[in-house]
Amino acid sequence: MISFEIPEFITNELQMVKMVAEQVMRQYARYYDEHEHERPVEYIQIMWPVIREQYRQRFEKQKNGDRPKREGPDYRVLRLIMIIEMLSWGDAGLYLSTPDPALGGAAVEAVGTPEQKERFLRRFTEGEPKWGAMAMTEPGAGSDTSAIRTTAVLDPETNEWILNGEKIFCTNGSLALEESDGFVVVWATVDPSAGRAGMKPFVVEAGTPGVTIAKKEHKMGIRASDTAAIVFNNARIPYDNILGSPEVQQRDGSTKGFKGAMRTFDASRPAVAASAMGIARAALEFTRDKLAEEGIVVDYTKPKHALTAVERDLLEMEARHRAAWLLTLRAAAVMAYGRSNRLEASMCKARAGETVTWITQKAVELLGPLGYSREWLVEKWMRDAKINDIYEGTKQINTLIVARSILGYTRHELK
Amino acid sequence: MMDFELDQEQKMLTEAIGRFARERVRKVFRDADEEGKIPADLVQAGWEIGLLPTTIPEQYGGFGEYSVVTGAVAVEAFAWGDLATTFQILTPNLVAVPVMLAGTNEQKAQYLPLFCGETPPRVTAALTEPTIKYDPRCLQTTAVPENGHYVLNGVKAYVPLAAEAELVLVYANENGRTQAFLIPRHTEGLTIDDDREKLMGIRALPTYRLHLDNCRIPAENRLGGQHGIDFNRILNHSRVALGAAAVGMAQAAFEYARDYAKQRVQFGEPIAHRQSIAFMLAEMAMDVDAARLMVWETAWLLDKGEDATRAATVMKTYVDDRVLDVADRAVQTLGGYGYIREYPAELWLRNARGFAMFDGLAIV
Repeated sequence: MISFEIPEFITNELQMVKMVAEQVMRQYARYYDEHEHERPVEYIQIMWPVIREQYRQRFEKQKNGDRPKREGPDYRVLRLIMIIEMLSWGDAGLYLSTPDPALGGAAVEAVGTPEQKERFLRRFTEGEPKWGAMAMTEPGAGSDTSAIRTTAVLDPETNEWILNGEKIFCTNGSLALEESDGFVVVWATVDPSAGRAGMKPFVVEAGTPGVTIAKKEHKMGIRASDTAAIVFNNARIPYDNILGSPEVQQRDGSTKGFKGAMRTFDASRPAVAASAMGIARAALEFTRDKLAEEGIVVDYTKPKHALTAVERDLLEMEARHRAAWLLTLRAAAVMAYGRSNRLEASMCKARAGETVTWITQKAVELLGPLGYSREWLVEKWMRDAKINDIYEGTKQINTLIVARSILGYTRHELK
Repeated sequence: MMDFELDQEQKMLTEAIGRFARERVRKVFRDADEEGKIPADLVQAGWEIGLLPTTIPEQYGGFGEYSVVTGAVAVEAFAWGDLATTFQILTPNLVAVPVMLAGTNEQKAQYLPLFCGETPPRVTAALTEPTIKYDPRCLQTTAVPENGHYVLNGVKAYVPLAAEAELVLVYANENGRTQAFLIPRHTEGLTIDDDREKLMGIRALPTYRLHLDNCRIPAENRLGGQHGIDFNRILNHSRVALGAAAVGMAQAAFEYARDYAKQRVQFGEPIAHRQSIAFMLAEMAMDVDAARLMVWETAWLLDKGEDATRAATVMKTYVDDRVLDVADRAVQTLGGYGYIREYPAELWLRNARGFAMFDGLAIV
């Protein structure tokens, strides 16, 4: 039954999140933009006790095996999407540095054994702030994740995996490995000749010898978020740190590991889209408010020919924002009902990234010399926005996925 | 909780309309456009699907299952078949829905039973005006009260099926506000052009200009009686129908272009193997899906009884542009054949441009 109803407990929780966004994130947004690589302690201090407690409850429940048999939709998916949107409305860079298991934790939860969950995830239920992260991208493997060259070789004598290679653009890589007792899920190949079938995820914990943060990137935007290059030089990790089966299945059952990696995108792409939409809404609301102070207000009852160019721009911004946001909510809802959302996830990510890029660029333009000034956050939002058009699959990669899906084509038919 | 799946009744309804659109409308819609006429049996068959009687309250002979969301879903399914045919089949809605939404009890009792019969009643409505500065909330056609009567003056355009209509719902500017008046066809001062209008698209649908020259009607013919109407609400319902029609037509254009691109071979392989084509199709798919969600959201707000004026305006801003873009890309995907009238794509492009002008041609 078609409905756009948001459950009340989510709207209530969002009010709390909004307070953090307004009173903490907005206050420190500019500071951490101008002090790149400085740890945003104020935000982390607020978030960590809440996240730790929520995670502890969830962790204990799962451990006790009393995972309730779910009737109806999984509200958590929608809740998460809406919280991400609100936090990103506050500040996208700070949102990205939220201390939590993140994509690394999701991978462990998805395919880890009970022992692995205990070893790797319990840390998020106690103590100091910690981060989980995921490392896939390499200098030679961007959109083409199957081209990764980081290797994992089993040492039969010690029963350890030996990792060698370089990962780049790892969000929170430094926070996870150097600045907290966290971990990174690293994708490496156990058999370079096997292509996609050889790709496996490994958990690399903080303090592992042979693992170094080679660099923290200097970026156009989301500067509060750490983006690390990680080098693995004969880094040894226990055999049990591999997630899923170590078997390289051949042609028949083929690319399970790779497909596993791709499946995480079904959840992470709507999350990125939601973050994009939070920035877009921030820019849209701010622009609308500032223009209203100048007496420029969209009258929704006027015909198009009676609106000024600026009013039409504002209307267009609102329309494109709403369209991309509804696509995002749909991707989350489809997932919440337990259905495959591969197509919807790519659609919303492609549209949200493009839309936030356009809206924030337009916002800077409409606010003129003040929009371009660093006194306001609009120019920062424009810089923050662009990453959403790039990471978790560029707009082009997601469009390619949409195209293959609607045409029923494989990657061989549509390259 | 948020959900985007049709319910069981909506699925049955869209399947029935889909079959009608696929097996009957799409067989003749190209010829209908060329000949400027929709076969009478097709209109009758569309009427017999029973969309309107289902929505009319039981006390007036209907089934009382009124839902704007269901209406939007149904209109989309009709418009997948053909836009002009959809407008013709839905023309009785132009009177029935405003009477349902805003009529007095007497008006409902008088008019609503007409819409529960075996054949569509001959009624129409006149909103649009032939002027560049057309504004539905500030019309140039005037209605002035005078001794228990109203006197109307002005010119109306895009009045569907006016030549055969026995009753016209005319929208006019009464002291700065848009109100609606039920005017029998042969009222003195109301004339309809002998010749049909000549439009770029929807050529199968006969539309006319209508002239009001000191047309005098009793005050009780004002829709909603003394209270009149909340025109914004009626316009919002109309925009949902037009948005849904745009989505249905865009979906048809997208599917046709997609299927064409998969079978059209150039340079030794289907053109859909190229990103330049495949990416156009992907954008079309995203446009259609986003547009549909915006239409549904506006419809859902109306079903909840909320003021959807802002949502409807934002939705229309988006959908009008998207349907044009999708239709344009469909023509582009077909290349030279897209421009040839044996193929449907050029018809969809001509129709698509009209959504910026089709105010008042559909309502649910």
